[in-house]
Amino acid sequence: MSREMVKGDLYAIYSIWLREMLRFFRLKSRLIGSVASPFFFLAFLGMGFNNIGRIPGIPEGVDYMSFLTPGIIGMTLLFSATFAGLSVLWDREFGFLKEIMVSPVSRIAIVLGRTAGGLTTGILQALIILALGILLGMSIPSIKGLILSLVFMILIATTFIGLGLAFASKMEDMSGFSLIMNFLIFPLFFLSGALYPLDQFPEIIKLLAYLNPLTYGVDGLRYCLIGTSAFSPLTDFSVLGVCCMAMLFLGAYLFETTEVN
Amino acid sequence: MKAVRDRELAEDFEKEATPAKAADNAAILARGLTKRFDKTIAVDNIDLLIRKGELFGLLGANGAGKSTIIKMLTTMLTPTSGEAKVWGYDIVRERNEVRSSIGVVFQDPALDGMLTGRENLDFHGRMYGMNASLRKSRIADVLELVDLVDKADIQMQDYSGGMKRRLEIARGLMHRPHVLFLDEPTIGLDAQTRRYIWDYIRRMNQEMDVTIILTTHYMEEADFLCDRVAIMDSGRIVALDRPEILKDAIGSDTITLVIDSGGGALLRSLQSFSWIKSMCSENGSIEIQVDHAQSRIAEIVLEASRNNAVITSVNLHKPTLEDVFIKYTGKKMKENGGRDKRAEMAPPRGGR
Repeated sequence: MSREMVKGDLYAIYSIWLREMLRFFRLKSRLIGSVASPFFFLAFLGMGFNNIGRIPGIPEGVDYMSFLTPGIIGMTLLFSATFAGLSVLWDREFGFLKEIMVSPVSRIAIVLGRTAGGLTTGILQALIILALGILLGMSIPSIKGLILSLVFMILIATTFIGLGLAFASKMEDMSGFSLIMNFLIFPLFFLSGALYPLDQFPEIIKLLAYLNPLTYGVDGLRYCLIGTSAFSPLTDFSVLGVCCMAMLFLGAYLFETTEVN
Repeated sequence: MKAVRDRELAEDFEKEATPAKAADNAAILARGLTKRFDKTIAVDNIDLLIRKGELFGLLGANGAGKSTIIKMLTTMLTPTSGEAKVWGYDIVRERNEVRSSIGVVFQDPALDGMLTGRENLDFHGRMYGMNASLRKSRIADVLELVDLVDKADIQMQDYSGGMKRRLEIARGLMHRPHVLFLDEPTIGLDAQTRRYIWDYIRRMNQEMDVTIILTTHYMEEADFLCDRVAIMDSGRIVALDRPEILKDAIGSDTITLVIDSGGGALLRSLQSFSWIKSMCSENGSIEIQVDHAQSRIAEIVLEASRNNAVITSVNLHKPTLEDVFIKYTGKKMKENGGRDKRAEMAPPRGGR
């Protein structure tokens, strides 16, 4: 690969990212919509359960709002990242994918551009939810924890962008979309310990939760933002990091082999 | 029907003595290009030479394999067998070089509806590595070319079908490709817009020296625009030449006279004209086969009046590309193809 091509690819990554930003901010309703449903979860679950008293499994001195906010941040990232990966389907449907695929830009640059776009919008939404959580009474995280949490946010978002991309590369049209939402994304969310501590689950369900990368993401976020976690932060980081690389490679590989008809 | 070899390809190779020399003049050179989908053969062992600077037409009904050829040449599909070079680059091994050399206007719109016309063009320029000032000047150039300067800052979703088409043609030209592929450039457009687009295509080809390959199933479009056309049927090229040569090859012009009375006498006296190739008469009308029919009509009418024959109508038919198409494929290309085609395409994922 020549230097010219690398330069061209970097520019293309930036261009694809820029397009995602233009699209994201052009539709104000989408921006609001994407934050609305995690906000409702946060507000109504949080306010409802906050005053119920101590919930078993949540460490002493941690209120439910503080416990829930990292979970809802994980949910926000899960949904927005999967959408970002799946948005290849929209481009396929409206023909724009052809315009991208016929240009002299390597496939990996296209994947990275999309990932960068999804990451930016996902983390932006996550930070909005974090701010809203603090407004609703979550304990205020330290600066160091905040910065560290960004690492986990990036890993969570990248993992699920890869997942979305992998599905989008293999799907002909948008008919499978609701199947993915109902039978993959929602279970991933509920089985991540985002809403209540994992040790409240029966053993078999607990096993499923341990296989879910989002579990480690949410746990890592809790460590960073409220200083309590079920696993060691290093375990969270390692497991999620491996998942992240694997999903990104899978997504990129499947996208690479997709034919545009 | 046996697939025809490309006559000019063979001649070129003979003339130049070495195939390599002929390949130098080729914008596109395909040998044995084949694409199979499961069990069906979409493109069947095609040889093709398109010269630099040519305006070349691929004609065929839906499913004849035109779009599949275009998709292979533009690196969107990988051939099952055979090989092809575009601007000297192999379509499988040198995809990126091929992509840098070509522009493509796809059959279905490939625009981002949420971006404006200008933003769509800007994105395109970025993907082809143009810097900001180059993008700005090229965008101004191509918008001018397709008369969309005052619509540039409107979102794509508010463009009409014709405007989208024009913007896509502008985009295809923006990076100054050596070879431009136009897949059904005027499908579904009204007559006026179609005329405009024909003008643009001509001008690009002549003024900017772009080699153009277009697919169409409008016969008059191919006849009007193309230097050479290839007629495709079931994945094969069944005829390939200049439109005039193809039309000449299928026969002479036909003059049809409808006679009220005195037809017998006229028929007898017309026998003496040596330039009449053949004649036949059938319940009150005479069909005469001649070359250059327009210059013979006066003589025929004069002869009729000498014989006191009363002519009620004269009809002149010159062979069209449509006749050529029917001869080679045994099928009639649908009239108003655009409308029919759209009806067939109703489920958006048609068999293309």
